[in-house]
Amino acid sequence: MRKAVVPFFVLAGLIFMTAPILIARAPFAAGMGLDQKIFYFHMPPAMLMLLSAIFCGLISATFLVKRRPLYDWMGYAAAELTVLYGAIAMVTGPLWARKAWGVWWVWDPRLTMSFLLWMIFISYILLRRYGGPGSEVLAAGLAVFGMATSPFVYLSVNIWRTIHPLTTVVPTLPVDFAFPLWYSFTGFLLFYVALLTLRVSVEQQRALLDQLYLESEE
Amino acid sequence: MKIIYPIVVLLMNVAALAQQGQSEFQPVTEIPASEQMPSAPLVIAAYAFVWLAFVVYVWTMWRKLGKVEQELQTLATQIVKPRSTQGEGTPKRP
Repeated sequence: MRKAVVPFFVLAGLIFMTAPILIARAPFAAGMGLDQKIFYFHMPPAMLMLLSAIFCGLISATFLVKRRPLYDWMGYAAAELTVLYGAIAMVTGPLWARKAWGVWWVWDPRLTMSFLLWMIFISYILLRRYGGPGSEVLAAGLAVFGMATSPFVYLSVNIWRTIHPLTTVVPTLPVDFAFPLWYSFTGFLLFYVALLTLRVSVEQQRALLDQLYLESEE
Repeated sequence: MKIIYPIVVLLMNVAALAQQGQSEFQPVTEIPASEQMPSAPLVIAAYAFVWLAFVVYVWTMWRKLGKVEQELQTLATQIVKPRSTQGEGTPKRP
């Protein structure tokens, strides 16, 4: 399993190393300075945080119905990655906001809802770590709740008054902006796939270990 | 000489009054470039954080996987041994 993910890591690493070249060549946005370049490291993890939350919710719902351990492992891995990508978005966002808005953080609907979504998945991880036996079912329910929050996070900028850029920005981007953005997104996505595979493999090995201990005790 | 002393004191008071707090703000459309906050450190910090987050997470996962695999190997040898020697007890979880 370890060897299978190495090409993903190498490719994602190469994309991350070359992305700054494309980002530096991209034009500046009107009314914004160099700080707008943070967008290329902010939007992809933020978008993947939402997609990961939806994936985690769907796989957890499947686990609740079918009770197959593989779905549980995938849900756990996706929840951890939602937190990781959320952390990246939560750090890169304020770094951009400090210059663009003059403050590190505002309790704007998009920011507040993203923070809440992030907290839901932190709760998932805490529940799994300290919840004891049966916590996987409770955590799966929490993941479904987290998934239900995701569309509101995405649409919050269109529903409520906000200073955060709207959802119309990305689909209407000119090619000069869009190419570096989707290039960077590919890198984040490859990392996601590789990390998910690696995390599932850790859980799989742990389950095998538990099974062996049980068998040896019988 | 006696007249000079009060004049000096008076001049010092005038100078002190001139240095008092700003009484009003003058509006300007743009602040000078030297006063503006530089963007480069923020962009670099964002890029560095992405790398740091991934490196730390990958390292943690690699360590966890290595630990579990090592435990599996130890357990496998512990299971094989009692079977060959018959009845040395069950392997204990570290």
